[in-house]
Amino acid sequence: MQKYSIFNLVKNAFSNHENWDLAWKDPTPKEEYDVVIIGGGGHGLATAYYLAKEHNITKVAIIEKGWIGGGNVGRNTTIIRSNYMHDENGLFSEFGMDLWRKMSQDLNYNVMFSPRGIINLAHSDAQMNAYARRGNSMRLNGIDAVLLNRDQVKEIIPMADFSENVRFPIFGGLMQPSAGTARHDAVAWGYARQADSMGVDIIQNCEVIGFDVSAGKIKGIRTSRGNIKAKKVGLCVAGSTNILAEKLNMTLPIETHLLQACVSEPVKPVLDSVVTFGAGHFYVSQSDKGEMVMGGDLDGYNSYAQRGNLPTLQHVLTEGIAMMPFLSKLKMLRTWGGIMDMSMDGSPIIDKTHIEGLYLNCGWCYGGFKATPASGWTFAHTIAQDRVHELNAGYSLNRFSTGNLIDEKGLGTKTWIS
Amino acid sequence: MLYINCPHCGMRSQNEFSYGGDASVKRPELNKEVSDQEWDDFVYNRKSLRGKHLELWQHVSGCRQWIKVERDTATHEIFRTFKADEEVA
Repeated sequence: MQKYSIFNLVKNAFSNHENWDLAWKDPTPKEEYDVVIIGGGGHGLATAYYLAKEHNITKVAIIEKGWIGGGNVGRNTTIIRSNYMHDENGLFSEFGMDLWRKMSQDLNYNVMFSPRGIINLAHSDAQMNAYARRGNSMRLNGIDAVLLNRDQVKEIIPMADFSENVRFPIFGGLMQPSAGTARHDAVAWGYARQADSMGVDIIQNCEVIGFDVSAGKIKGIRTSRGNIKAKKVGLCVAGSTNILAEKLNMTLPIETHLLQACVSEPVKPVLDSVVTFGAGHFYVSQSDKGEMVMGGDLDGYNSYAQRGNLPTLQHVLTEGIAMMPFLSKLKMLRTWGGIMDMSMDGSPIIDKTHIEGLYLNCGWCYGGFKATPASGWTFAHTIAQDRVHELNAGYSLNRFSTGNLIDEKGLGTKTWIS
Repeated sequence: MLYINCPHCGMRSQNEFSYGGDASVKRPELNKEVSDQEWDDFVYNRKSLRGKHLELWQHVSGCRQWIKVERDTATHEIFRTFKADEEVA
């Protein structure tokens, strides 16, 4: 594999950049693999990369129905954070933050990680108390957290509505300075390029039709491009998990829902952090191109349509305008939707299953993108060692039966309803 | 915008309704031993498939009745609506 460097850039300039290697190959599926990863999104590509890099397992195939990076890794709003209160989520995400900080060097691919900080706004004394508690919990887990008062918030985001007579006045906020954003496509492509260079087969336009299971053990998969034998199979198909689970006769604690996002026309730099509204569900950041990147609530009903509906968008943007009135002056450039695995406690599942050799990675709700490296790393460990790592031990499938839910927001089951 | 034909009020916009999830889920019967698996299936586990889906909606900004809606989860097309106590064939 050619290294991406200033030297190689100059060298290739002499041949009009016509002699670069392909970033990844387009192989035909082999008859058998040690590990087959279903789903060529961020998590699947990262899993294959860490299988090769950390566990020296390279007889690996990634099976993708469409093209790699065309699902949620290309549809999210690129926010990276670890501002969780519960130990399971906090430690897992903070492990991921370390991987994010090293990612561009590690992958030899500029993922444009930008630790610009995230601010969760508080709109009452009670909310400030709750944020103080969350911030303290974060700091106990070694995660940076700063409680900001109203004046400190005003210094960072003066464009927010600080007038006196608003419905949800800004009391302050909780900031994680090390949180930020990254270029989502580059994450998928960077992992794909490195995995490919270590021998992983990236097989696109290949739909999984069924599974071969005998005597409680996985034997392989059936695809639109033929049968493939596999010693181990990992599912990384958040958004389509229920469809594949049905083929395995599994019913999971997941509903599939639609989440929208949108960007405005590009404007000059105005916002240099990620900001979330505390009295509803709205968040905004500004991309490097100048667009305001925004999102919020689910559309609210089970859906596999990768496109949204206007009532939810209107609701979300009403919150946005309440928080930052200048947003109402901007034209909308683009809106889109992605489909989410909404788990019943709002936390993901990375675990073994009752079928030997079949592993499950799903239930990412709103937070799949930032988890990409940590998810891939722990899932690779779970597959390679056939046991969960302590970082993903809490993300077990049976926690719903045993009562060990990881209920970050204190909303109980069906988090999307409230 | 979805338009839902409330069996009590007629065709109304989605804005008047709130969603209540899979209508095919049945609470385990009372007065009998209920296994953990049955409780899990009732409380947590959902098929959530692509295609026809029978689901509950409440006409919160209308008659406030719960209704059943048969809807396609991929196209959002609504085929039929029922009163909450109507059996769906």
